[in-house]
Amino acid sequence: MAVVFDKPHALTDVPMHYCPGCTHGIVHRLVAEVIDELGIEGKTIGIAPVGCSVFAYNYFGCDMIEAAHGRAPAVATGVKRSDPENHVVFTYQGDGDLASIGMAETVHAAARNENITIIFINNAIYGMTGGQMAPTSLPGQVTQTSPYGRDTDHCGFPIKVCEMLSELEGPEYLERVTVSNVKNIRNAKKAIKKAFQNQIDGKGFSLVEVVSTCPTNWGMTPQNALKWLEENMLPYYPLGCYKDRSAKEETK
Amino acid sequence: MAKLTFKTDKCKGCGLCVDACPKGLIKLASDKINQKGYHPAEITDESACVGCAACAMMCPDCIIKVER
Amino acid sequence: MADKILMKGNEAIAEAAIKAGCMHYFGYPITPQTEVAAYMAKRMPKIGGCFLQAESEVAAINMVYGVASTGKRVMTSSSSPGISLKSEGLSYLAGSDLPALIVNVQRGGPGLGGIQPSQADYFQATKGGGHGDFKMIVLAPSSVQEMADLTVKGFDLADKYRMPTMLLADGTMGQMMEPVSLDYEITSTVDKPWATTGTKMEREHNIVTSLFLKPDELEDLVIERYERYKVVEENEVMYEEYMMDDAEICIAAFGIAARVAKNAINEARKQGIKVGLIRPITLWPFPVAPFKKAANQVKEIISVELSMGQMIEDVRLASECKVPVTLCNRTGGMIPSPEQVLEAINKANGGAK
Repeated sequence: MAVVFDKPHALTDVPMHYCPGCTHGIVHRLVAEVIDELGIEGKTIGIAPVGCSVFAYNYFGCDMIEAAHGRAPAVATGVKRSDPENHVVFTYQGDGDLASIGMAETVHAAARNENITIIFINNAIYGMTGGQMAPTSLPGQVTQTSPYGRDTDHCGFPIKVCEMLSELEGPEYLERVTVSNVKNIRNAKKAIKKAFQNQIDGKGFSLVEVVSTCPTNWGMTPQNALKWLEENMLPYYPLGCYKDRSAKEETK
Repeated sequence: MAKLTFKTDKCKGCGLCVDACPKGLIKLASDKINQKGYHPAEITDESACVGCAACAMMCPDCIIKVER
Repeated sequence: MADKILMKGNEAIAEAAIKAGCMHYFGYPITPQTEVAAYMAKRMPKIGGCFLQAESEVAAINMVYGVASTGKRVMTSSSSPGISLKSEGLSYLAGSDLPALIVNVQRGGPGLGGIQPSQADYFQATKGGGHGDFKMIVLAPSSVQEMADLTVKGFDLADKYRMPTMLLADGTMGQMMEPVSLDYEITSTVDKPWATTGTKMEREHNIVTSLFLKPDELEDLVIERYERYKVVEENEVMYEEYMMDDAEICIAAFGIAARVAKNAINEARKQGIKVGLIRPITLWPFPVAPFKKAANQVKEIISVELSMGQMIEDVRLASECKVPVTLCNRTGGMIPSPEQVLEAINKANGGAK
């Protein structure tokens, strides 16, 4: 018998602290599988955010750095530029980290076409602090700090990160994926692999937005959370590639 | 014919693997409780498993090893 | 002995940093230190280094954090309002035990304040560079030559003790031109096995973090850090004494204030007044011993500062309140004149005539 599926090497044995059914674990595994397949664990440096995935540094076997809230792209810029030839650098950030407090760092790293890979988890909520409204919370979404539903007259609209960044000249690759089922997981992995390969090929800023769940703070079972994601998140955050400069140039 | 190995102590009983199995072969063991206090996932009829690894792919905690 | 060249203080910092092996600089424009960035922008591409203008001071200090994590020498520079923005990063650098050099060419505050020279960030630099229990080594140059020398020294100390080091200058020092010699022999290399440069699949992964949720673990770490600070206090204090041998009045002043004070002291000596100067070069660790000694020798200590009196608190502590410690100051971007200091000396000597 041959092993057709097992824990990737780039994932440590440390049990993950995530709640049951949280999709962070799936995305961690996909990133680790890609690191394995590209054979880059020894030269990869990951940057963990502040938020639920703050402990990502315990789960990846490569060197890891814990950044201040929202600053991961700036930290990644430093790490990458310290040895551009030999460092493969990725950040792993949630929506509050990347699209709220760290928006300037995100936009400017994209504008510079910084040669880094960003894995962006969009689950429309602040998980670690117990379920507050995120920059990507949907209109009407009930959270601890929007108890009557997100009122767009009062606190504005969610930010569509891929759409927004795609208006910039800078970034190389922007794609939105999800991990709601096996087929989507396969597509998500393809996108993540491309985002790392782009960096290795020197193509520049590659961001993969992963539409994800937060069963605990959404107040749902893991199964219902995936259903809610497909019915509510995906219409607002359509999956697909929002920018792929190299592919576009090839088709010209 | 496939072989599934569950790291039962790491299972959080979320049940995503249960829904993922196209043949409905996985269930949460209602008669067992693991170290973490969850009913862990297990396979009911391994002989019927084709080793597609859908369960393993959905598992957020990477506890399922699939051999074929 | 190398030839001396005429340089602005800000440029001397930049060139000295490069000489010290710093190949990465991140900054954001702010008066009166922008020449550091401009110099780096010109030089770095020519020597295979990296200059990057960040989107904010916050981003700049976090880029510094990134390079520092990989064990390479790195610096940023700014002026007072920009340093406030960097204080988040300073706390994280300290909390992750990362070495880096941060330059503050001070201007008047608070708020946007002004663009004229100031020493009003003394508290910020020496008492609270950010949240949490930590210290930075703080170096205060008083000449363009010292701007350069202390830049090199700052990198060495940061590496040696794994902590952020601040060069605390002011607008005058930054803009002033003086002959300077930049003849350094960089020999000290500190082993950095903690650096995140990739495991090469040869070792366990390194983790750079300031997060420790278990309180006993965090307490142990902070205590270990303070043990290291104690070693810094024992070994790295720097100060200059000027005419202190027979002094009956002591002036305490650093940076540009010390230069003004020296002029006043020279004038007072001509009048027969026995006055001397203690000039702290390290503001943290503070030179406690010379002030403690002076307190048994002089009848008054005058703290000359470009602020409402910040270092004066450390002078009082060091001299254990044995003699009066008075303040001679200007603030908001104003500089005390030698005449003003002379008047204070006269007053201390028995009243102005």
